Amino acid sequence: MSSRAEPAVEAEDLTKTFGATTALDRASFTVHRGEIFGLLGPNGAGKTTAMRILLTLLRPTAGRARVAGLDVASSGRQVRAVTGWVPQDRTVDPLLTTRENVTFMAGMYHLSAKDGRRRAAELLRQAGLDEHQGKLARDLSGGMRRKLEVAMSLVNVPAVLFLDEPTLGLDISARRALWEYVRQIRQSGSTIVLTTHYLDEADRLCDRVAIIDRGRIRATGTPAWLKERCGAATLDDVFLAATGQDLTEQPAVDQLVSS
Amino acid sequence: MTPDALWQEHRVLFGRWFSRLRREKLAVLALLAQPLVWLLLFGHLFAQMAQSSAVPGGSYLRFMTAGAVVMTTFNACLQGGVELLFDRESGFLTRMLAAPASRLSMVTSRFIYLAVLTGAQGLIILVAAYVMGVRYAAGLTGIAACLVIGALFGAGITALSVALAFGLKSHSQFFPITGFASLPLTFASSALVPLALMPGWMAAVARLNPMTYAINGVRTLVLSGWQAGPLLRITVILASFDLICLIVAAVTLRRGLR
Repeated sequence: MSSRAEPAVEAEDLTKTFGATTALDRASFTVHRGEIFGLLGPNGAGKTTAMRILLTLLRPTAGRARVAGLDVASSGRQVRAVTGWVPQDRTVDPLLTTRENVTFMAGMYHLSAKDGRRRAAELLRQAGLDEHQGKLARDLSGGMRRKLEVAMSLVNVPAVLFLDEPTLGLDISARRALWEYVRQIRQSGSTIVLTTHYLDEADRLCDRVAIIDRGRIRATGTPAWLKERCGAATLDDVFLAATGQDLTEQPAVDQLVSS
Repeated sequence: MTPDALWQEHRVLFGRWFSRLRREKLAVLALLAQPLVWLLLFGHLFAQMAQSSAVPGGSYLRFMTAGAVVMTTFNACLQGGVELLFDRESGFLTRMLAAPASRLSMVTSRFIYLAVLTGAQGLIILVAAYVMGVRYAAGLTGIAACLVIGALFGAGITALSVALAFGLKSHSQFFPITGFASLPLTFASSALVPLALMPGWMAAVARLNPMTYAINGVRTLVLSGWQAGPLLRITVILASFDLICLIVAAVTLRRGLR
């Protein structure tokens, strides 16, 4: 069992290669309990690969990682039992109702039928979907479907919730509604790790971020600290600096992380 | 994994397959109508021709009933893996894999679902045939045994279908392959014509076709009653077929679920 002081996620020199391609290159980062942590990077940077390793869906080629104090390589099922995941792909079952999608996922986390129904009612109310619980998922709007996916990932009250590009393709009002929902989830005690393309989203939502490019972590810190460090007004500027030649002094960045 | 956890997984997975089916009204209609179409269409199409031939059982409809039960099982199970392929393509399968549920349950629930579905279809055929005058030499227990033989054959075909679902890249490859396999395997079996009336080469191919043995098993129960020797031999052949198919499926699944 993990102790309270332990970080929610610890990745140490995580490396993943697919043939000749290195998707993740000695990536190390720590996510503290109760924070919203953003993995930022362009397409193919290694964000989703890192997330899939932490979710035990991929085995690392090298390095190690612990989630909620559990080793991802040796405690796969236990890790899956204490994590939730909203993948980038839209993965509700369109032929099930909103409620059925949640109760289905509850069963996959071994909740009894009764507990599954109770949890579904609670989560759908929290997500503002209780009026739509009898609707087929295919008839929901994009924003509601995304909220449903988040609700499905919370059936087990996860210690760590992974959100992969949670607001991709949503309009601005749906994005704002989802941010609010994510903040609520954090308040209920879960740690949140998210990937996003939207740097304004990371700036508003995340306590700390890691900038990842070509499989390597280029910078880690709070958005405010990173902006200050680069003399930048926005995270976009920080990102440009971090993935170029200017901000690659990892020791200085890591010093802040460890302080 | 505790029995309770396994039960919860199978309960929701099995429930999901049926909820999806329930909402596809046309699919339900096709599933219910198809067995009767086999029986009525083929039964009447070949009945006239069969009068001049030596059809075992004396009536083509009686002869054909076994073929209709097994053909229906064959077709449903051959297509049975495609839902898993759709889940793979949509990412829903990966989402399920991120849960602590057993990976095997995702496949075994599909086997159980198809066994129940094809069992219901088989029962519709047997009841319809009874209404049309077919009588079963092995009695009521024989009808149950017919469904068991169907399920035994269906398990092997489902395993192959699941192997295809995890071995292929997309459903656009799945349907041409199953479509291509379906008709030759049906005609190169004893479903519609006794082996004795087939050209030599075709009868030889049909003897290699596991569908022939499933049909012969059901036909024995319908026409001749309980015959321990032939039924035991058929059961062993079908169990061996299942074992080979399960090994093929296990190897493919291992790669696909990685």
